[in-house]
Amino acid sequence: MERIHWVRHRWQQLVATESGRGRYSAPAALPTKSSPVLHNTQQLTGKRRTVIARHGPYQHEYHSISKGCQGNGIRTTKYSLLSFIPMNLFQQFHRVANLYFLFLVMLNWIPVVEAFQKEITMIPLVVVLIVIAIKDALEDYRRYRFDQKVNNNIATVYSGKQQMYVDQCWQDVHVGDFVRLSCNEIIPADMLLLYSSDPHGVCYIETANLDGETNLKQRQVVRDLPQQGSELTPENFHSYIECENPNNDLSRFRGYMEYPSKARVGLHNNNLLLRSCTIRNTETVIGIVVYAGHETKAMKNNSGPRYKRSKLERRLNVDVLWSVVLLVIMCLTAAIGHGLWLRNQKEASFLIPDTTSPALSGFYLFWTMIIVLQVLIPISLYVSIEIVKLGQIFFIQNDIDFYNEYLDSRIQCRALNITEDLGQIQYVFSDKTGTLTENKMVFRRCTIAGVEYPHEENARRLEVYEQEEDEAKGRSHTLKSRASAKSLSCKSLSCNRSSVSLHTLTGHSEGEGEESPSPILPRHSAFSSPMEKDVVPDPLLVQKLNCLSSPLFLLRDASMELTYIVDFFMALAICNTVVVSSPNQPRHVVQVPEVSCTPLKSLEDIKMLFQRFGLPRFSTLSPPHTTKSPRSFTRRLFARGKAASFTPSPSPTPTKRGQPHEEEGEHGSWKGEEDKMLHLNPGAWSGLENSNGAQGPPGEPRADELIYEAESPDEAALVHMARAYRCTLQGRSLERLLVELPGMGSMAVRLLHILPFDSTRKRMSVGADSVIMDLAESPKGAEQSDGRQGHIREQTQKHLDNYAREGLRTLCIAKKVLEEEEYEVWLKRQAFAETSIENREELLLESAQRLETNLTLLGATGIVDRLQEEVPETIEALQRAGVKVWVLTGDKQETAINIACACKLLRSTDQLLTANCGSKEACKALLLELRAEVESGEAAEGTSGFTLVVDGRTLDFALQEDLKGDFLELSRRCRAVICCRSTPLQKSQVVRLVRDQLRVMTLAIGDGANDVSMIQVADVGIGISGQEGMQAVMSSDFAISRFKHLRKLLLVHGHWCYTRLANMILYFFYKNVMYVNLLFWYQFFCGFSGSVMTNSWVLIFFNLLFTSAPPLLYGILDKDVSADTLIKLPELYKSGQYSKAYLPSTFWLTMLDALYQSLVCFFVPYLAYAGSDVDMLSFGSPINASALLIILLHQVIESHTLTWLHALVLVGSALFYFSFTLVFSVVCVTCSPPTNPLGVDKLQMSQPLFYGVCALTTVLALLPRFLFHALRNSISPSDTLKAALMDQFNPDDYCRKMQRWNQTQAQSKARGLVINVEDSDIKIPDFILPKELKECSAATGSVLS
Amino acid sequence: MASSYNAKEEDGHVAVPGGGTIQNKKPDNTAFKQQRLPAWQPILTAGTVLPAFFVIGLIFIPIGIGLYVTSNNIKEFEIDYTGTDMSSPCFNCSQSFSWNSTRPCTCALPFSLEQPFESNVFMYYGLSNFYQNHRRYVKSRDDSQLNGDTTSLMNPSKECEPYARNEKMPIAPCGAIANSMFNDTLDLYYIDPNGTRIQIPLMKKGIAWWTDKHVKFRNPGGNPNLTSAFQGTTKPINWRKPVYELDTDAENNGFINEDFIVWMRTAALPTFRKLYRIIQKKNNMTPTLPRGNYTLEVTYNYPVRSFEGRKRVILSTISWMGGKNPFLGIAYITVGSVCFFLGVVLLIIHHKYGSRNNTADIPN
Repeated sequence: MERIHWVRHRWQQLVATESGRGRYSAPAALPTKSSPVLHNTQQLTGKRRTVIARHGPYQHEYHSISKGCQGNGIRTTKYSLLSFIPMNLFQQFHRVANLYFLFLVMLNWIPVVEAFQKEITMIPLVVVLIVIAIKDALEDYRRYRFDQKVNNNIATVYSGKQQMYVDQCWQDVHVGDFVRLSCNEIIPADMLLLYSSDPHGVCYIETANLDGETNLKQRQVVRDLPQQGSELTPENFHSYIECENPNNDLSRFRGYMEYPSKARVGLHNNNLLLRSCTIRNTETVIGIVVYAGHETKAMKNNSGPRYKRSKLERRLNVDVLWSVVLLVIMCLTAAIGHGLWLRNQKEASFLIPDTTSPALSGFYLFWTMIIVLQVLIPISLYVSIEIVKLGQIFFIQNDIDFYNEYLDSRIQCRALNITEDLGQIQYVFSDKTGTLTENKMVFRRCTIAGVEYPHEENARRLEVYEQEEDEAKGRSHTLKSRASAKSLSCKSLSCNRSSVSLHTLTGHSEGEGEESPSPILPRHSAFSSPMEKDVVPDPLLVQKLNCLSSPLFLLRDASMELTYIVDFFMALAICNTVVVSSPNQPRHVVQVPEVSCTPLKSLEDIKMLFQRFGLPRFSTLSPPHTTKSPRSFTRRLFARGKAASFTPSPSPTPTKRGQPHEEEGEHGSWKGEEDKMLHLNPGAWSGLENSNGAQGPPGEPRADELIYEAESPDEAALVHMARAYRCTLQGRSLERLLVELPGMGSMAVRLLHILPFDSTRKRMSVGADSVIMDLAESPKGAEQSDGRQGHIREQTQKHLDNYAREGLRTLCIAKKVLEEEEYEVWLKRQAFAETSIENREELLLESAQRLETNLTLLGATGIVDRLQEEVPETIEALQRAGVKVWVLTGDKQETAINIACACKLLRSTDQLLTANCGSKEACKALLLELRAEVESGEAAEGTSGFTLVVDGRTLDFALQEDLKGDFLELSRRCRAVICCRSTPLQKSQVVRLVRDQLRVMTLAIGDGANDVSMIQVADVGIGISGQEGMQAVMSSDFAISRFKHLRKLLLVHGHWCYTRLANMILYFFYKNVMYVNLLFWYQFFCGFSGSVMTNSWVLIFFNLLFTSAPPLLYGILDKDVSADTLIKLPELYKSGQYSKAYLPSTFWLTMLDALYQSLVCFFVPYLAYAGSDVDMLSFGSPINASALLIILLHQVIESHTLTWLHALVLVGSALFYFSFTLVFSVVCVTCSPPTNPLGVDKLQMSQPLFYGVCALTTVLALLPRFLFHALRNSISPSDTLKAALMDQFNPDDYCRKMQRWNQTQAQSKARGLVINVEDSDIKIPDFILPKELKECSAATGSVLS
Repeated sequence: MASSYNAKEEDGHVAVPGGGTIQNKKPDNTAFKQQRLPAWQPILTAGTVLPAFFVIGLIFIPIGIGLYVTSNNIKEFEIDYTGTDMSSPCFNCSQSFSWNSTRPCTCALPFSLEQPFESNVFMYYGLSNFYQNHRRYVKSRDDSQLNGDTTSLMNPSKECEPYARNEKMPIAPCGAIANSMFNDTLDLYYIDPNGTRIQIPLMKKGIAWWTDKHVKFRNPGGNPNLTSAFQGTTKPINWRKPVYELDTDAENNGFINEDFIVWMRTAALPTFRKLYRIIQKKNNMTPTLPRGNYTLEVTYNYPVRSFEGRKRVILSTISWMGGKNPFLGIAYITVGSVCFFLGVVLLIIHHKYGSRNNTADIPN
């Protein structure tokens, strides 16, 4: 049976791969029935790795097998001491810029072409090479030191000679070595866990070093190890380990271990200890190294910073090409001119006798001119841009607004060269969970067995957090920022009765410090802020639960419901992978005590209990008291409460239905019975609630509190919720769980199997004793629909829909009772699936699905994921800035729409278009229909915009080749698009489609692994370093901690970076063209011979030294509008979107201006000196000086801000030039032939004519630009300028004008599209969802609010 | 530690040595890092630039007038002696193409000055269409040799090619510039009203830059006997005499001959003048060159016909801003007036638009 199954799978896989390659393989490749081992050995050589113990019994084999494996020493340096110079040069000459310089240097070595002295043309190259080489050397040295440090770390490794564990350096560890580690040690290489001092063979590791996640992860000793128990001796390790070749997938490890008995055990990720993680909570661990050094997963994941080319740079490259064209034209002109000139000259005494023909001389001259005019190609621009971007990144990283106190993190800029792209974003694609929302799952309400428990107190609690924070916020505002807060903050808004709150706690302990669970480790336990922890129980549910502990009898029907309730809470408590620890031993996991020493009840006991429901309860049974299991606070309270008021009361008061909690039209089958339920003194409960919400009784040590460390926030929320109902998860080990139930005390649950959550199944299951508890995103799998179960299912579905509409995340809870033999059968297959190397995923999936059927639906929970603070404001600002925001989420349609309207993506005036279809034809028709609707709607008054909602299936159709045009056309007209139920692949497809087809700048932002592909595809990828690990961050260009940071990042830094860089690039072009043209004009007066009227050093340094610093500073520090104003007027962002600062017309205008300035700068001195006895260098001196003044003053005109730094650099540059030339003209006696400057500048600068010429030239050259700016700014100022003008007003005027601006902006927009800042309190409408939404049929629905 | 390397090192996070795990990453709240440096924001509008235009106008116009007047006060006289015209006294001499004709050709040009030249008079020779700024011409010299370096004297730089050696002998001074040195001799005679010719004394020293004469140019060796110092070298091909016979005065001979130095400073433009002699003012009573008739006697050696050049002699006084050139004055006046005019235009614009900008900010 198994064999057949396996063969089938293998077959499928082969066919799939072979047909993919386009040829059909011969059947020989198929596995025969003979044995899978044979097949496996065939594969061994290629994709596998075999590991055996190094000092074990097979030493002779060891060397042959481990030949290909790397040692554990790492070398991340690029160079060694000897290879540095050649290697570095080789690397550097991969850059085009350096090759260009090299080409010029070579050119200058050809005698007929030579323009300058050889050394002079080498200067730019040498300077660039040296600067970069120094940078590289420093970086490499840092790496080297780090490698040394890491390689020389000490690990305890088993030595074959000494027959014991000895200390060794990390670099001497080899594959097959046994390594022993103690608590808090760092793992030196990827190892297979073979022994753990923990009796259950578990060890915990912290992967914070690897991915930033601080929660503990459990690792497990390889199963059925023969020497289990005692510390294993490497000599007797006879097993073979087969595993995959090294790869970079952190979450996957496949392989098996073959024991001498030929038995095989599957190996998973669970058995692997990853390099650079830290061992926690476990005294001693022994493992065998399987991957070492660079082959470890950590090292394989170590990718460097990302390189992308920005849009501006692509634009720049076009203009560089234009410069090349210009250069060629100029050189051609000179070459032809020289040829013609030479032809006319006969035997002039100033001509060197030569046999070359005029044409050939012209040809040579062409190359000479290329050397002379080389700076026209702004190669130094590329170096400058890199420096400027580093500066910009420095400022972005140092922005205090991006600092998150809670995480102690700043913004991370991973991509160093796309800062200016931030200023040109047109489309933002956002993930929902964790990006727009907090990813702090807070339990909100639940339904059990068809009865809804609205938890209204809980809702109120969530509101309170929000208000407190608002108050705290209000207090800290200063005058100006108060104005901004007023205009930006909006009142808490509730969307469809749900309590989606806008503001959450920024800090963990802010305003709530005493509530912090463990002051020692404020941020070490994920998902356990007080908000997430404190759940106010629903009185009705409490009441029902109390029946458990009440000594009174209950009616039989009610007990059935009670079974559901207890099972429900059991499921919440155990169906997870939460690690429990206590705060006074932060990293020590609370273990389940030995079974034998405490009389614990098992699930079976409970079942028994319910079967014999008429019997009195075991209330007298005291909860087991063990030192190892700390009692929870709630439990203590409960015990207290019991002592006070839970004593058998003679006068039970019946519940009055609907007293505090109205069940809206809910007619559960137990409705009648509820009245008969016994109600205990509510005072006890209110007491519990109070103390639960506030703090423990004075004097009581709080150290008993448990800390839950969960892998996912949902898990944590549910465990906390169960705990609020006193179903407390108290400890966990590999095999059992310790759970405390109300009225029953602690009990140990045997853990059979955990089927962890994965995104394809969208569920997780835990097998405990003979019951499977299942958590799923949809009630699928709960197939039994007879009678009562059917009713529950119907009701639950109804509640689920309601929850989704409120924007809650829903989870269904189901259970299944498993027969022993059924489980055995399943386990066998599961074991098979686990040990197989190929196809494991499919097999596991299939196996899991086999188990997760025929479940009994117990109920469902609704979890609130609150919006992050300032999300609506951010989205509104982005929309005002002309950025289209798309939300791509895997969530349900209803949830997505609700979040969208909570974060103001959807407005009351918006028209909602939904697209759900089942077939491609329907999809096509629908797209056309919606488009028509949009077109008609655009003409009509009253609607402000359209929002398209697409589900995953429709998206699949829409992304197909023939429909994507229609889809884009439709979505382009919509103000926002929401894609729900979309897969990671779809997300990236959507981004790619929009990016490529609409040719727009896209930004993707997300926090989870499912956003990685989208982040990588987008022009700018932003990762949110939230609670879901670092995968998104690792693949992003920028990593921020909150969504709201996006606003400042784009509107302020993006705008600045873009305008700065664009202006700097234009300035660079201007500068080069202006200066080079001076040399070009001179050619007309020297027979186009390639002469220059300047000393060649000065000529080279002019670009390199005298005028290089000011544009850099300009590119880093210039500020056209203040940050405040940019934030308040997002419309200013549009200038970047339309590339207004750097249009082709701007480029050519700048070129023209440069041409004019160079004409003035050359011909004014020319006319002033014409006919006089001026010599070449004296003629060049005033030209150079005035060129410098013009270039520097041009910058002053162009810059928007001038600080003392600017003044320093500008004055410094000028002084540097003048002092350099002066000193040079004094000391340079025979240097720099033929342009020896001795005495020239000294003499020139002592003559008034020099200054007269300079002054006139400078004024005349700058006059047009100056005038142009003044006229444009006066007659038709740009928005940016108007905003800049506003910055100069005093605060009062500023506020007044800001308001007026916003009003006028709003009025100018058609039909009031833009929300007036004054009344930003927009009511979000109740969306009535069409029926089609639920049924997912090929229907269309468009809903008007 | 290993890990912070693995995951974060490459991100630009510099691992802090010593590695305190709890370190505050909060950026400094300084004006510089938060980009809040106090700054002057020059926003150019009609209103703000107005004063600048008027100020420029007010400064430039007087300067321009001053320059113009100064330039006009300079007296300048120019006479072309190329002799391409049949009528010219130098016609015969100009027909010769050869540099080394043995028979010196002389010609005399009479001219008269309408106005007396009061102060020191500078006598220039001018050449037109002579491209002293040609790249290969400019390069063709050896500064080390001219600086008195004996090795360079014997082994001229290859930049001097093909004027580095003549029949294996090194040429001193080498190169095309030196080879093409201007070698006409100009003498000036004042014709007394009573007909007597009085030769006007011409100062041949002080015409070169001080730095050139004393720093840049030096005779080889410390040897006062130039003939032996230049032993083993030969004269440039076009020269009639070796370099150590340029003058009898030891202070003005060899490489430090000022005529030679002046020639070696290559002119910026193809039409240029070079200082030839200075006529010093004798006393305050008599003008340096009184008005009247003069004769210019030219020993015509320098051929210019091959490149259609012209030769001139210029007599000029100079002022604080150099020779006669009305351009700068006119340019200053023009620019000043334009600025003034633009100032007025801006004033109007400012009245029309400026008020709108200041009160109601956003016209939309």
